[in-house]
Amino acid sequence: MVTAAGSGHPGGSLSAADIVAALYFQVLQHNPADPKWPGRDRFILSKGHCAPVLYAALARSGYFPVKDLVNLRQIDCHLQGHPDMHKTPGVEISSGSLGQGLSVSIGMALAMRLDNLPGRIFTLMGDGESQEGEVWEAAMAASHYKLNNLTAIIDANGLQIDGFTCDVMNIEPLPEKFAAFGWNTLVIDGNNMEQVVDALERSRTAAGPAAIIARTVKGKGVSYMENNAGWHGKAPKAGEAEQALAELTGEEIRESREKVGS
Amino acid sequence: MAAELKPRATREAYGEALLELGARHPEVVALDADLSGSTKSGNFAAAYPQRFFNAGVAEANMMNMAAGLAIGGKIPYASTFAVFATGRAFDQVRQSIAQPRLPVRICASHGGLTVGEDGCTHQSIEDIGLMRMLPNMRVVVPADFNQTYAAVIESYNLPGPMYLRTGRPNVPFLYEQVPEGLGNGCDILKEGSDISIFACGIMVAKALEAARRLEKRDIDAEVVNVSIIKPIDADTVAGSLSKTGRAITAEEHSIIGGLGDAVAEVAAEQCPVRIGRLGIKDTFGKSGHPDQLLEEFHLTVADLVNLAQDMQKSE
Repeated sequence: MVTAAGSGHPGGSLSAADIVAALYFQVLQHNPADPKWPGRDRFILSKGHCAPVLYAALARSGYFPVKDLVNLRQIDCHLQGHPDMHKTPGVEISSGSLGQGLSVSIGMALAMRLDNLPGRIFTLMGDGESQEGEVWEAAMAASHYKLNNLTAIIDANGLQIDGFTCDVMNIEPLPEKFAAFGWNTLVIDGNNMEQVVDALERSRTAAGPAAIIARTVKGKGVSYMENNAGWHGKAPKAGEAEQALAELTGEEIRESREKVGS
Repeated sequence: MAAELKPRATREAYGEALLELGARHPEVVALDADLSGSTKSGNFAAAYPQRFFNAGVAEANMMNMAAGLAIGGKIPYASTFAVFATGRAFDQVRQSIAQPRLPVRICASHGGLTVGEDGCTHQSIEDIGLMRMLPNMRVVVPADFNQTYAAVIESYNLPGPMYLRTGRPNVPFLYEQVPEGLGNGCDILKEGSDISIFACGIMVAKALEAARRLEKRDIDAEVVNVSIIKPIDADTVAGSLSKTGRAITAEEHSIIGGLGDAVAEVAAEQCPVRIGRLGIKDTFGKSGHPDQLLEEFHLTVADLVNLAQDMQKSE
């Protein structure tokens, strides 16, 4: 998809792929035939540049044809470089400029509470994104409003465009920070499907907002991309993509899928 | 002018109209960023605490919470001072409100210099320009209490986002009763043939007074209250320009980006005439009593009269 587009963000899409797959194919209550079903859980992609992983999950769920994916970022395609809630079925909010998704999620969670809707909001953010001050305005507000229908998942892959997060602007310790802001906090291996599914399900019963710090590997599953900041926002060439897909469809991934029984 | 009514601030009309909307529509919610007493959203907060959300001193979070509430089917009214609503939270308004065309009503008080003593940090002179630049955004600057009330009530039915600017000081009543709505947003309050004065906000009352004084000097000024600055009613603007052949714009805002530019754009494309722009001349404000500031920054009735006379003479 990203290769066909010639641009895009494979690194952060891959680090979050296990989380997004767990959500769409196991955890979320949703109905691709009725994307606006009021009773659904909502998935919010705050780190909008990782649109490819969202689009892949939506297409495989049946929100739109899988063949659309190769037209990512093309002039007549609904799949924008960053998600657009009015163009792509299943996209809940428009995102791209970082640090806004958690705040929008709070508004949605408040609206759902006013309407007594049963769904939960699962918001995926990046660790680099958490350098935005607004994330902490939102962290404060979510616990202030005692939102027990909100889960934030921080895809902590430790990398951002300019290098390692700890070198660019250290955001750690993320678990202690969210805990100090009043969140129920859980740290998991975000590329271990069993842990991911378990944490997402457990978050449903948290007494307030729940933060899952998912330790992940940027570029997960593609040997030459793993832990390499250079693959944050670069499209693989055709040969590279072939190698990546071969590696990704290998044994390891298949095994972890079988574990969650999907 | 409804002279018998005691002047009242447009922000008070916002507070009262919001209360009425709250009573009529359960999906109306309100937000503020620790200024609910000043913006007057506090009226709503007291009456409907379950539907009021104070974000604290966190305007960016407030605007995005408003966006989320709108996505959830609510009609959010979000208030703070104009300078924070449009400057501090510009990116949030841009990405999460304007671009997705969400029905968030940004109702900002304390527009312009008449904030007064707080000084330039709190005097919003760029807000109209910032909001006018955003696609999908409707920009509304009512002239008095009653027109503000109408604007707020009418806004309930708008499909997309709106920026509404109110002010801190008391202003004279121009409309004896709450009008039906803003109509096309270009209200010709006095017809004239020699010069068009397009004004918004607190400058409309001054434009009417200037027109009275100009009449004694044989200048027949037309006064147009432009309450909807975007989308501007280009037909009415061009019609007035073609009738009078010259114009003044008057606003409590920078001469860059606001009403003056909006009128000049219509003129340039449809009816090129000379335009004198009365506004803040690409500078920041300062502390002082509102009336002193309006004098120092040349936003008085006398300034309007002088400019109209100069334009008449120089032709």
